[in-house]
Amino acid sequence: MRIKETLENYVFVLPAVAIFVIFYIIPFIWVFQLGLFEWDGILPTKIFVGLSNFKEILFDRTWWQSMGNVGYITLIALTFQNIIAFMLAWACDREIRAKNFYRLIFFIPPVLSEVVVGLVWQWILDGNYGLLNYWLHGMGLHNWARNWLSDPQTALTAVAIVHCWKGFGSGFLIFLAGLQTIPRELYEAARVDGANAWQTFKNVTAPLMIPVAVIVAILTILGSMQAFVLINAMTRGGPAYHTEVPVLRILSSMRGSSRFGYACAQGISFGVILMAISFVQYKLSKKARA
Amino acid sequence: MKNTAYYETKKILVNTLIHSFLLAVAVTCIFPLLWMVACSLKTQEEIFKNMSLIPTGWHFENYYKAWVQGGFGRFFINSIIYTVSVVIGIIIISSMAAYAFSRLQFPGKNILFYMFMAAMMIPIPGSFVPLYVLLNKLHLRNTAIGYILCMINVGLSTSIFLLKTFFDKMPKELEDAARIDGCSKIGIWRHVALPLAKPVLAVVVVFNVLNVWNEYVLALVIFDSRSLMPLQVALTSFQGEFVTNYPLLMAGLTITALPVIIVYLLMQKYIVKGVTQGAVVG
Repeated sequence: MRIKETLENYVFVLPAVAIFVIFYIIPFIWVFQLGLFEWDGILPTKIFVGLSNFKEILFDRTWWQSMGNVGYITLIALTFQNIIAFMLAWACDREIRAKNFYRLIFFIPPVLSEVVVGLVWQWILDGNYGLLNYWLHGMGLHNWARNWLSDPQTALTAVAIVHCWKGFGSGFLIFLAGLQTIPRELYEAARVDGANAWQTFKNVTAPLMIPVAVIVAILTILGSMQAFVLINAMTRGGPAYHTEVPVLRILSSMRGSSRFGYACAQGISFGVILMAISFVQYKLSKKARA
Repeated sequence: MKNTAYYETKKILVNTLIHSFLLAVAVTCIFPLLWMVACSLKTQEEIFKNMSLIPTGWHFENYYKAWVQGGFGRFFINSIIYTVSVVIGIIIISSMAAYAFSRLQFPGKNILFYMFMAAMMIPIPGSFVPLYVLLNKLHLRNTAIGYILCMINVGLSTSIFLLKTFFDKMPKELEDAARIDGCSKIGIWRHVALPLAKPVLAVVVVFNVLNVWNEYVLALVIFDSRSLMPLQVALTSFQGEFVTNYPLLMAGLTITALPVIIVYLLMQKYIVKGVTQGAVVG
């Protein structure tokens, strides 16, 4: 009777566990295995090469350039995007009347697909027929107009700003939810004590928002570091690798050069870096709270 | 008296500043979408010359052309099929598992549950490489079922987490009553637990609908046949063909974005709930 009952209970988790083992655990193990081989993905023979794929990454200039690019995008997202998101949340938290309207609008970019966002912005930033250049010419700023996405000087920043446009809504939503948990009595008390707006912000709002800011920062870093669909839609990594990012490198190692082992090695190295970053952030946030 | 007037003016000024800031950002959120729709209604010649939001004529035939000649009808149906199948799969599989993790006893329960949770925390960039290899071995690459199974797996952990959290807080009395009435475990899951979980199921549905509809890279890697592609992949892979025809591309983008916007506007409160709850996990 007991055995029958236990088996019955397993039936509930069986489909989930089966799918998870086949489509998560097995591929997870294979990544580590394949990383040690040179393989084109088609031939039945894989050549064992030990750690040479990982050694190759160390001297892969395009790979490190892509890491630099994604670092730049992440830095802009962490500062520019999150500051804007926080300011908007703070403004909405004060101004209750149209709060729901703004919340509705600001979260539209995050629900759209990266492909749609990328292609629409690509058209707006187009060098010859784009709306942005048309406006710049209209305002007499003829020198400012340029081919935003094919000019090596502007391509990466342009892509980063579109990335922020797509992402700020999530940070805004989390910041706003955090701000609304702050009891109104605290603001009331600060006002009675004669604190001005800045003092209230510094002594009441900011300390209570640090844990929320850490969550937003972790989500921003993990999201931005792995961004690539938007970039692929806008520039395909060009001009000349100026907007290349690591996940695009992995994709082109696999599809472009048919080097499955190297692609897996790149994935592992990048995954380890991501884990390290979120671990450090987690530790720092614990320290900040203590 | 002068003092109050001063504070009143200051307050109005500050509020105006705040509102203009919020409004300016709101306009930048909406404008690109309006521009996309406007361009989708212009003719090929007009799109390069008329930089106004209002087209000179409303060329709705662009949508017809995109739907029929551009193949977006086919891609749209593919996207619908994938989204509906994956979401139904996730609802059934994750709610059964979450119910078991919350209510039933069996050896290895905690280990299995933490395994799902660990998958949520560990990023594997480039997981599409081994999935491609796996589907090739199973002869499921370039098939709808292969893609659907992969996508069910993608949504599983988060859905199990959301549902288990809900089941943990659900009072047990109703289930006890059903058991005394002779209801089986499956019966309790189906007729007691699932109906009570409707609000959290809505979050799970919305979250996964958006996730599957907007998914790009797995579909790109898995599908070779044009006839199996969902909208997102079709948009980029045939972007080259449409470069000469921007109105059709814009119509295709609008066709892709519209369902998402509709779902979002209808289910907004569940999305807000999902994002804020999801953030607590991380």
